[in-house]
Amino acid sequence: MVTKDSERILSEGGVEMKKAILYINQFFAGIGGEEQADHVPEIREGLVGPAILLNQLLDAEITHTIICGDNFIGSREAEAVEIILGFLAERKFDLFFAGPAFQAGRYGNACGVIGRAVQARFAVPAISSMNKENPGVEMFKKDIYIFPGGKSAAKMRDDMKKMAEFGNKLLKGEQTGFAENEGYYGRGIRHQVWLKNAKPAAERAIAMLLKKLHGEEFQTELPIPKIDQVPIADPLKDLSKATIALVTSGGIVPVDNPDRIQSASATRWGRYRISGLDKLGNRKQGKFKTIHAGYDPAAGDDDPNRVVPLDALRTYEKEGKIGKVHDYFYSTVGTGTTEAEAARMGREIVAYLHQAGVDAVVLTAT
Amino acid sequence: MANLIPVAKTVGANRMVPTISIPYPLGDPATTAAEQLKLRYHRVGVALDALSTAIAEQTVFEVKI
Repeated sequence: MVTKDSERILSEGGVEMKKAILYINQFFAGIGGEEQADHVPEIREGLVGPAILLNQLLDAEITHTIICGDNFIGSREAEAVEIILGFLAERKFDLFFAGPAFQAGRYGNACGVIGRAVQARFAVPAISSMNKENPGVEMFKKDIYIFPGGKSAAKMRDDMKKMAEFGNKLLKGEQTGFAENEGYYGRGIRHQVWLKNAKPAAERAIAMLLKKLHGEEFQTELPIPKIDQVPIADPLKDLSKATIALVTSGGIVPVDNPDRIQSASATRWGRYRISGLDKLGNRKQGKFKTIHAGYDPAAGDDDPNRVVPLDALRTYEKEGKIGKVHDYFYSTVGTGTTEAEAARMGREIVAYLHQAGVDAVVLTAT
Repeated sequence: MANLIPVAKTVGANRMVPTISIPYPLGDPATTAAEQLKLRYHRVGVALDALSTAIAEQTVFEVKI
């Protein structure tokens, strides 16, 4: 869109100046506190509240400020997102900022929700800042750049500076480094990088091992996220009356892969009827195969029961050890699949299992 | 049921039964069909027993075959 100040934004070199937009809540817009938290989304040309500071620090012009009440977006999220995406649809901008949100939970949620939505819709990086105690960090650090911030607005200048400095790097097209070097909360995204010292992995691994053996500090190149604790399910009271389902991340599907489940980084899963089958037929027979790209498919294609043990489970059903084998097995591919996608697919599958009255699941992984 | 028990632990699985490999968790193609079926029957049986066993923490159940 051609804005009315299109002449002004042409800098001296004739290169169009980069643009950015800031999202803030009703409080920082000076509209009001809690009593104004239902404030409907609005967009204003130019700088409102913290946008003045960001505009000073950033090598880009803040063309607009978006304002929304924390409760409005908190309770009417889809509506708020649609309105705000609508504001932005015709506008050109290179970066999107939200916050800083400090330790304000609802504001943090708002910044995350809107940052993620804008980034997804317009493919523009979203940058925010939150205190580590803000629940928005855990909820959205995988989606957008969130920098650690202070507890209250007293840290406005510091927090905004971090956001702006990183924004300036992105604007210049500089290569950005690891999360811990850049300062934002790690997003759990792995990148392939060329190391300047060109030391091969084997040498680096041995160096790390030696440090470990000598009790020295070393930095892993592959931090493992902290263990997710899952509540322990109660044991089945009566196995002989239980309905048992088979679920696999081993990629066993009907040979035509009707749900087009991806061979890696899967986002889809399928469920396939097995009622009346004593075992899974193989690929040669035109029945089942594996589409998993993370392991040699020969053994799974030759006998899919090696991955989804229907034959053994059916035997237990006939012997009366279990009540019934659930009429479907569920399958996806567990290689390169993010934890977030896996958890989402898990929740979707569980909904079906609950509905069908399944009591327990045997989950096979490859 | 998993070959990579440490991964299963990391992602929070509570009842774990080891399998024999990644590409063929429950039946080594280098053995006879009868042997494979025996192994599969045994390990699935351990898994079923695990489902009806009370546990207080993440537990790896022992397999005999």
